[in-house]
Amino acid sequence: MIEFRGVGKRFADGTDAVIDFSLVMPSHQVTVLVGSSGSGKTTILRMINRMVDATEGEVEIDGENVATLEPVQLRRRIGYVMQSAGLLPHRRVLDNITTVPRLNGMGRATADELGLSLMDTVGLDRSLARRYPHQLSGGQQQRVGVARGLAVDPNILLMDEPFGAVDPIVRADLQAELMRLQRDIGKTVVFVTHDIDEAFLLGDQVVILATGGVIAQKGTPAEILANPASDFVADFIGADRGRRSLRIVEQAGRRIVVDGDGRAAGVLTDDSAAR
Amino acid sequence: MNWVAANLDLIVELTLTHARLSLLPILIGFVIAVPLGAFAWRFRWARGLTLTVVGLLYTIPSLALFVLLPPIIGISFLSELNVTIALSIYAVALMTRSATEALESVDPDVRGAAAAMGYSGWGRFWAVDLPLAGPVLLAGLRVVSVSTVSLVTVGVLVGSRNLGYLFLNGLQRGIVAEIATGIVMTVVIAVVFDLLLALAGRLVMPWTRGADGGRTRRAARRIALTEGPA
Repeated sequence: MIEFRGVGKRFADGTDAVIDFSLVMPSHQVTVLVGSSGSGKTTILRMINRMVDATEGEVEIDGENVATLEPVQLRRRIGYVMQSAGLLPHRRVLDNITTVPRLNGMGRATADELGLSLMDTVGLDRSLARRYPHQLSGGQQQRVGVARGLAVDPNILLMDEPFGAVDPIVRADLQAELMRLQRDIGKTVVFVTHDIDEAFLLGDQVVILATGGVIAQKGTPAEILANPASDFVADFIGADRGRRSLRIVEQAGRRIVVDGDGRAAGVLTDDSAAR
Repeated sequence: MNWVAANLDLIVELTLTHARLSLLPILIGFVIAVPLGAFAWRFRWARGLTLTVVGLLYTIPSLALFVLLPPIIGISFLSELNVTIALSIYAVALMTRSATEALESVDPDVRGAAAAMGYSGWGRFWAVDLPLAGPVLLAGLRVVSVSTVSLVTVGVLVGSRNLGYLFLNGLQRGIVAEIATGIVMTVVIAVVFDLLLALAGRLVMPWTRGADGGRTRRAARRIALTEGPA
């Protein structure tokens, strides 16, 4: 469990990125921080592994204040996946994946074995192991990034807009893969995105942030959709534009679900037929 | 051409000496300039001063340096060390700024990712910053190499025996073939060194080979162009 208690971050130039932020991120669940730029979502994420140090309040992991932990050691037991994968361009795919286990002193043979099995886990062909990152597609690079994040089998996985730089089709693919993976491994995932659809798709707990890390609303996707707490939230999730309101249109004897813009979203089937 | 045929031994001997005299300053310059450049890169407050002072060294006329060095460090005016030290100073002057720029060229996102994974500062320098600075470092080193090979010739004025001797002797005796041979062989050494450096770069930095080593190599070329030999 990760807990933020009254956390603030004021940068050296005097700007407050985050003000009095408190939140519990439950273990084995996906917490998605969603907001536009300036909402402090990435700053909040980075305070967990001390890439950013809080200037106010405490961040605790399982009751341990991270400020008391040595940053380098702390980071080596937390998985981190970032936008554009952040792979080391001068290391082969396999070496990228095994970077942290190797830093922790794991032998090369053991690490390579682990790396190859992680490639299987994230759906990468083992034949890519000897390639350099620039020889891979964006989606493949992102999978390498996820494999690297999982390499030390961390309890916590931090994901900073990990699928922001790939095209929509690959992104949908990666999202589905992440959900499948999370069903198996049940990590405590903190996921940052500006895409509300991605947040609703992946989050067990979705936290909508306004400027300065102010929590506009938090809850399950269903809770937020059922009852947007404010105009800001309604606007952010698109409820006010009718994007979230679906209606049924009869056509050719079938019931078509249509969204606020009149676009067909799917076909409504009876419960019995769907099973 | 008669002159060349009659003096093959001399040409070979001078060429080898010339290559040997060039090699040491290039190596010494590199070894001193990289830590110096890293210092200027790491400590922003020291950057301007360090790079300016080191850069100014290049403006000292070479002849003046050959004359000034011996009394300062207590060696003979005609010592080979005189040439080696003077040319090492020029190599440092050229290479330090390249080293700073090379480290500056490393993608900040990659550095951030390395930190997030748990590289310590020092570990990250060796494992991430320095290798990724490689292409731009190499570009700088190639400039230093060409510059040094040509500067060695000035050493004849303080008694160093190298291809510069052919210029001086050819001029005094009016043998055009001798002067031309000196120029051609100097260029040959410079080209061979350059090819060897490029080859070494490909071996040491295999990730820059092939499809899209793109961005850093373009940056490297840009720096090589703006820092052509003086």
